[in-house]
Amino acid sequence: MTTGSMQISHPRLPPWAPVLVAVMALALAGLPALLAGWGPVTWVVAAMFAFLVAMPLWSRLVEGRRAAVDRLVTVLIWTAFVIAVMPLVWLLYVVIRSGAPAINSQFLSVSMLNVIGDEQGGIYHALIGTLLITVAAAVISVPIGILTAVYLVEYGKTSRTARVITFLVDVMTGIPSIVAGLFALALLVLLFGTAFRAGIGGSIALSLLMIPTIVRSAEEMMRLVPDDLREAAYALGVPKWRTITRVVLPTSLAGIVTGVVLAVSRVIGETAPLLVVAGATDGVNTDLFDGRMTTLPVFIYSQYAASTPVGYQRAWGGALVLIALVMVLNLIARTIGRVFAPAKGH
Amino acid sequence: MAKSIDVSDLDIYYGDFLAVEGVTMTVKSRSVTAFIGPSGCGKSTMLRSLNRMHEVIPGARVEGKVVVDGQSLYDPSVDPVAVRRQIGMVFQRPNPFPTMSIYDNVLAGNRLNARRMKKADADEIVEKSLKGANLWNEVKDRLGRPGMGLSGGQQQRLCIARAIAVEPEVLLMDEPCSALDPISTSAIEDLIHELKSEYTIVIVTHNMQQAARVSDDTAFFNLKAAGRPGHLVEFNPTKKMFSTPDEASTEAYISGRFG
Repeated sequence: MTTGSMQISHPRLPPWAPVLVAVMALALAGLPALLAGWGPVTWVVAAMFAFLVAMPLWSRLVEGRRAAVDRLVTVLIWTAFVIAVMPLVWLLYVVIRSGAPAINSQFLSVSMLNVIGDEQGGIYHALIGTLLITVAAAVISVPIGILTAVYLVEYGKTSRTARVITFLVDVMTGIPSIVAGLFALALLVLLFGTAFRAGIGGSIALSLLMIPTIVRSAEEMMRLVPDDLREAAYALGVPKWRTITRVVLPTSLAGIVTGVVLAVSRVIGETAPLLVVAGATDGVNTDLFDGRMTTLPVFIYSQYAASTPVGYQRAWGGALVLIALVMVLNLIARTIGRVFAPAKGH
Repeated sequence: MAKSIDVSDLDIYYGDFLAVEGVTMTVKSRSVTAFIGPSGCGKSTMLRSLNRMHEVIPGARVEGKVVVDGQSLYDPSVDPVAVRRQIGMVFQRPNPFPTMSIYDNVLAGNRLNARRMKKADADEIVEKSLKGANLWNEVKDRLGRPGMGLSGGQQQRLCIARAIAVEPEVLLMDEPCSALDPISTSAIEDLIHELKSEYTIVIVTHNMQQAARVSDDTAFFNLKAAGRPGHLVEFNPTKKMFSTPDEASTEAYISGRFG
């Protein structure tokens, strides 16, 4: 043999090694923590640094350089993940802890009409307002958004018009929400006079914010549909518009629906434009086209602005309901995405 | 029902680039015609110009005449969609519609054109087309399952079933076996033999043996040099082509002494 023996096995640390190092790092940092009286946060951070040094070092001695780098980067990525998730978990914890006591059947089923002082009030009017305004905003922006994306992907391609539209959509993404609100207000005032306030104005403002998100996500999804499928349809003598409606859109439907729901969850928490154009009211208003309408974020804002203990309580309760609403929307989007995803077989 | 195709002085362009130059040939009805030649010589381009799929690519156009059944395909009054309903195509890579079941894939040509039909008629078309594509026995118990769940060879036969379900006059095949194993290839070659009795078939292939096995006529395309347009070197019955070709370059290519 001229080529020496092939070495493919190396010593490896046992699977429980990271756990052992973590416990030892916590203990090591625990000593100065006890002596100097550190808080738990400082203790955990110190332990993490100890782990960051000890784990790769041990791995270097036993497993070699490449494995040690692997361990180091693994630890760094997990740390980044934990840091990224911590605010979310903390936020959920605080909202649930502060908001849960406010939630009861009355809170969800009565409005704030004629509620004085510490009496039991509710968010029914704000829930109705949020649902109506958001649904109307989606009704306005989904067709516009998807049809724009169809134009960009299937017809415009790299033409001048398509490039101009793409540029404008990108600019639209950056419009501050308050500007969208002022635009909608100006539109309503121009059309119906200065005193006019209606929920539909809020929907118009929100749809301005939704359209660019929907265009962008639908465009990306439709670009992912392979040209093979379009050609297969053309070769069967299917006209272009039917190819788009029966092949391209169904194939990318899951992604488009997800994009729409993400756009909805983005605008459902908007406060400023709605405060400007839809105003606030204490009673239930189910007419989108006449009179002021309160939404959940505006309700939270006005209750918080009242600066009473009961107002704070209602604001937290409203926040919890809003977060739950967004969560439900996301779950619906995931379910729809799974149901409509192109079948993989098996 | 099968039709012959007369091509005369056909130049095919991508934008300003002349891809194929001066092709004149006659594809006989109820026969198999094979296009062979090195990569980039314009075989697929030529094939795609026979059912106006060529112009799907932006900037692509043709000059010259393609006449099927006395009608010029590139006449301004001709609707490309109507042409493609008469001249079906099978692609190099199997491309069943991912959102559809096996059953719906076979009916795609009818369904996507919103042709209304009774359940019994639809069942009959599906069974006839799948039997025509030699796939019926393998999938008859799982017609509702997604078409993407089949193996590569089965998917390709599904695509052939889909193409013959709309009963075209001509079937164009662009390297239909290049992504398939020898067993699936042999199944599809058998199928081409059977389909010949009802359809006019044009097949592009890189496989000399395949061209020799399945085709009645063979067209050899070549490039004069890289960057120059491809052209038709020789068009003859396959038997003659593979024994005593007219051109020296044809013999060189077929016997592997190329370049």
